[in-house]
Amino acid sequence: MEERSLKKSKFRLEPQLLVQIHNHMVQARVLEERLIRMYKQSDGYFWIGGPGEEAFNVSLGLQVKKGQGLDYDYLHLHYRSGAILSAMGLHPLGALRQMKNTATDPYSGGRNFSNHFSKREWNVVPISSTIETQYSTAIGSAIAQRRKGGTGITIVNGGDAGTAEGDFASCLIWSSRPGAELPLLIIVTNNQWGISTPAATQHGDKKISDRGQAFGIRSQTINGNDVEEAYLSIQEAMQYVRTERKPFLLEARVSRLYGHSSATGCNFVTDEEDSLALFESQLKAAGIMSQKEISESKEKLNAEMLEMSQRVKQEPLPDASTIYDFTYSKQKGRYW
Amino acid sequence: MATMVQAIRMALHYGEAHLGLKDVFGEDVGPPLGGVFTATQGLKTSWNSPLDERGIIGAAIGLGLAGSRCVAEIQFCDYIYNTIDLLKLAGMQSWSSLGDWNLPMTVMTPVGSGIRGSIYHSHSFDATMTHIPGWKIVMPSNALDAYGLMLACLKEPNPTMYLKPKALMRVRSQERIPGEPPLTPEGEKQLKEMIDAPLGNRTQWSPRWPEGLTDYTVEIGVAQTVRQGEHVTVVSYGRTLPLCAQAADLLKGEGISVEVIDLRTLWPYDWNHVSESIRKTKRVIYVNEDTEVTNFGEHLIRRTVEDEELFYSLEARPRLLAGEFIPGIGLADPLEMASVPQLPRIVEIIRQVVQERA
Repeated sequence: MEERSLKKSKFRLEPQLLVQIHNHMVQARVLEERLIRMYKQSDGYFWIGGPGEEAFNVSLGLQVKKGQGLDYDYLHLHYRSGAILSAMGLHPLGALRQMKNTATDPYSGGRNFSNHFSKREWNVVPISSTIETQYSTAIGSAIAQRRKGGTGITIVNGGDAGTAEGDFASCLIWSSRPGAELPLLIIVTNNQWGISTPAATQHGDKKISDRGQAFGIRSQTINGNDVEEAYLSIQEAMQYVRTERKPFLLEARVSRLYGHSSATGCNFVTDEEDSLALFESQLKAAGIMSQKEISESKEKLNAEMLEMSQRVKQEPLPDASTIYDFTYSKQKGRYW
Repeated sequence: MATMVQAIRMALHYGEAHLGLKDVFGEDVGPPLGGVFTATQGLKTSWNSPLDERGIIGAAIGLGLAGSRCVAEIQFCDYIYNTIDLLKLAGMQSWSSLGDWNLPMTVMTPVGSGIRGSIYHSHSFDATMTHIPGWKIVMPSNALDAYGLMLACLKEPNPTMYLKPKALMRVRSQERIPGEPPLTPEGEKQLKEMIDAPLGNRTQWSPRWPEGLTDYTVEIGVAQTVRQGEHVTVVSYGRTLPLCAQAADLLKGEGISVEVIDLRTLWPYDWNHVSESIRKTKRVIYVNEDTEVTNFGEHLIRRTVEDEELFYSLEARPRLLAGEFIPGIGLADPLEMASVPQLPRIVEIIRQVVQERA
């Protein structure tokens, strides 16, 4: 790791942006660790999230064209996408509320697991626990955006295990129909695990991105743990999709630092690369941030997160009488 | 005198011309075929998709989430089963996001027996579909309703499932769809010339849609009494509905007065309408052709017997006549006839229920 840090000490990105990326990465990591702690303190039934993917996800979130409607990017994400939304400016309080399944949870009102965001104001469609359906639903918003034109695109992401499902093939086929190509950035964050099953025992393909080539889709595999490689690759892929209005398949190799979920213990693993630690060593080597600044940043965010989590614990759970609410649009109470 | 399939086509045309319908798509939905039952011929917004049901439903969800109204077709409901989790996903978009999102999308799919469709072109889907919350589900039994219910679906902010009884696709309406040519043989011919694609080369063909098609809408959740009666209520929908009406007409000669209700919407269904009729006749039979175990009619029987006042007013056991609980519909005529309700069985069960002693 040391050798690698020195090699990468000359950044191509501006220091100001690097510090910004670091801040978002820390916030996303501290939030995930707070969510895990809440789970372990019985302040939530289940944790699942994306610690380990911050380098890639923050780099993505910062480049999203954020807004509502076809002129902006549509996001069909999965449950390891918290850092994308953190970088887009999502306040962590909502995630803490969802963890505690309070009535104040802004994404599902206490109905869904942690990291299952939904935010129409930013075109973030409801995240589902299914690991593949987003690759099918992304087709639709991309069709609408192809018709609309402009620079808004659809972004879909999921894990490597989910690419075994047919929806991933659907996404490749539908996005590359001759003469009807879709402005769709197809992302696979490949952590090389499917819960407890190593990808290498199930997938014969060396690179998931190779599958894109069969459809004439421009494809790339990158090291998603490297901030600069991630940021610049995403920038290039996005630029291609925005301007050419064609799909791009981007596979990012990432780490999974706390296992699959709370179901597998959610303890820190030491045998996978930590993109945050790596980035910090690079920032220090380049003289962009000092250890003192890094530590202070973490302490400050930790304290804020702790205070917010304590506040959330006092908030009410949803009322049982609301179970039927919103089964249909704008509907309150039981329909029949 | 439009057929049901012509009515659907005209409704979709009205939708793309006036209701913001932007995509009608599915397998063979676009030119040159315009759908295997021709329901989408000549439409401006119709297009062919890959033969991929999950992609079709996924695309429809994504279009709906992007605020772009669409009608997606699954060519036969027999092939919709590999999309069940996507249908479930569609049904929960509003609920799981606490109303942040809504999903204006329609899926239409031909259902049921009646065309000698064998094992994989004869399934019903109403029992399965009514198990999936968050959708509104309609099933017309005549061309006029087919038009009006499609328009209702195209105005809905929620996902709608439009079940097309394939046995009735070529049946002509007894009622005029507002705007269509007159209900005469000449009018029938005229409509065919205007909107049915010719056989052979269609590359130069384009439809001439009837001017004056209207916003005629059948409200979702409203049933219709198609035969007034006093002795028994028969509730049905889709292919079996005209058979029930026919049975009522036959039994009139025996002095049996049958009230027949076309449910039209399976969810949310018009329980007030149904229960009022049962209060009057004190006897009820539910008829549909889906397999009988965990059948939607069983749910309606539950509603019937759980309503204390209604239950104690009954003068006969509530009954269900449905399809046999077998994996498919066999191709040979005796097999299909024995697998799903036909007129003689409907007549017979009505007689039984009316004759049952209180």
